[in-house]
Amino acid sequence: MTTTLERPPAASAPRPARSIRPKRDRTSKTENLAGLAMLAPAVLLLALFIFIPAILAFGLAFTNARLISPYPAIFVGLDNFVRLFADAAFFRALLNVAYFAVVVVPLQAGLALVMAILVNKKVRGTTFFRTVYFLPVVTSMVVVSLLWLFMYRQDGLINVIIERVTMGLVTGPDWLNDTSTSMPAIILMSVWQGVGFHMIIWLSGLQTIPADLYEAADLDGVTAWQRFRYITWPGLSATRSLILVTITIQALSLFTQISVMTQGGPLNSTTTVVYEAVESGFAQQETGYASAISLVFFVIVLLISVVQRFLSREKA
Amino acid sequence: MAISQVAIPEVAPASAPHVVLGKKTAKKKRVIGVGGWLLRVGLAVLFLFPILFMFVSSLKPDQQIFGDLSSIAAFLPIGNISMDNYAAVFDRVPAARFLVNSIGISAITVAAGILVNSLAAFALSRMRVRGKTIILTLIIATLIVPFETLALPLVWWVNQLPSFELTELGFMFTKGWIDTYQVQIIPFIANAFSIYLFHQYFESIPKELDEAARMDGAGWFRIYRQVVMPLSGPAIATVAILTFLPAWNSYLWPLMVVQTEELRPVMVGVQYFFQLNVSWGEVMAYSTLITLPVVALFIAFQRSFVNSIASSGVKG
Repeated sequence: MTTTLERPPAASAPRPARSIRPKRDRTSKTENLAGLAMLAPAVLLLALFIFIPAILAFGLAFTNARLISPYPAIFVGLDNFVRLFADAAFFRALLNVAYFAVVVVPLQAGLALVMAILVNKKVRGTTFFRTVYFLPVVTSMVVVSLLWLFMYRQDGLINVIIERVTMGLVTGPDWLNDTSTSMPAIILMSVWQGVGFHMIIWLSGLQTIPADLYEAADLDGVTAWQRFRYITWPGLSATRSLILVTITIQALSLFTQISVMTQGGPLNSTTTVVYEAVESGFAQQETGYASAISLVFFVIVLLISVVQRFLSREKA
Repeated sequence: MAISQVAIPEVAPASAPHVVLGKKTAKKKRVIGVGGWLLRVGLAVLFLFPILFMFVSSLKPDQQIFGDLSSIAAFLPIGNISMDNYAAVFDRVPAARFLVNSIGISAITVAAGILVNSLAAFALSRMRVRGKTIILTLIIATLIVPFETLALPLVWWVNQLPSFELTELGFMFTKGWIDTYQVQIIPFIANAFSIYLFHQYFESIPKELDEAARMDGAGWFRIYRQVVMPLSGPAIATVAILTFLPAWNSYLWPLMVVQTEELRPVMVGVQYFFQLNVSWGEVMAYSTLITLPVVALFIAFQRSFVNSIASSGVKG
């Protein structure tokens, strides 16, 4: 703006326009300053608590920094990464979050879509059903974890229900203390808590599809499946990629349930990347090593969102 | 890319496509209708029963909770009903303190968040500020970073920040924000997504309004306070809810940065129950207690909650 075609002030022959210019300059200068002042708190806070930690994550990952230490951190090159890639618990954590994500993403997205279609219909009690389906979402994950920890006990509610329904033929496992059922148990509970959230997002996507498309289809006498396949599904393409990205990232960040319910056990069968990072960075105070884990985690998240964006763009 | 395709949706009550019934399919439709209704009710039961179980169990002594498990009594407030568990929670655990902490932390985070983020969005949307595009791009860029990836370096970082406290001797400088209230509040005030939401909303308010106000000699801050903000109720509600929920539910962060009991928020308070001899009735009472405020807010502002969640879908 300031670099418009203007002769340098050295050639200051008095021009008529000059009488107006300084005034305008001053107002835009004060506007600029006032604007910067209004931006300053937010920009400063974001810099302090997002940009600097992000840069620190890169820096600290190559040092032996400890959370509380009398000695300054020393540059150790790739030591943390060498150790990380030889760490069996970390690989187990990667496998576990991959397992969790691969099951939760389609399950939660699919169930949420079915629920959204159900509550999008104008039938009696729609508001009631919407409220009930959404209730677990406003219940915090800590509370949900405590509640299910209680229900998943060997003599807990879930096993009592299983026994009742199967007339005593099936005895439920000790869900959280068995390496083969611990992760499925956490998956089931996580879907129960999170599915209402994505129902709402699908619902807002459904409501962007013009109603006359459905009316036209009804005149042509299409089946319910055709209506879904050729109107609803294509109409949701933007919502779909959003939901996939958010559920995937949420799934990879799995932590609270693990911390409250299993502490990664039994035998690392439920440990996760974030749980490992917290264990080393906080419990063992090895900030450098934890930063290396965080960095790897961030790269994975980034790659996945880039790939998902790319795939959904191709289709659209 | 995806952001531009999904406008922030108003989730209107079931503006669903109204289906015109074909003659031959009328009977089939009725069958599907009954099936759909059963599915809705079945899902509602699935989402409600754990929450009902939590509430009902909070009123019973442990012995009766387990005794009732195998019958429908598990979900009915019958038998030896009392508020004893609630009394015990306040008695044996500093539950009142945790609640006050969480209410304070959430309230300040929400209030400061609304102010700081709306000011920044106002400057970005209304004013000519140098470098505005770069600033907006940088702010939006922070959205791709999940908090979990920054948490560990951030713990180290807040431990390096200078802090001062007011003692009998006057101001004292100390190092590190660990174990304070501010460490639970200040990092979460500025939020890129809140700025984005305010920015979108402000763009929809006609700029002629501020021009008219400027003609009348109003300053920028006055326009913000008396013209733009009073028109932004829905955006304020959305940001308030989207700031409140994570503040109230926050677990990972305070788990790491708060060790002193008196400073703990409600979610970290559950740690208490693992150190004590667990009475499940008390755990359920505490869980009900920390869920109730959110559920009450949700029922009261249901429409705004659903719209906030729907708008948070555009993130990603």
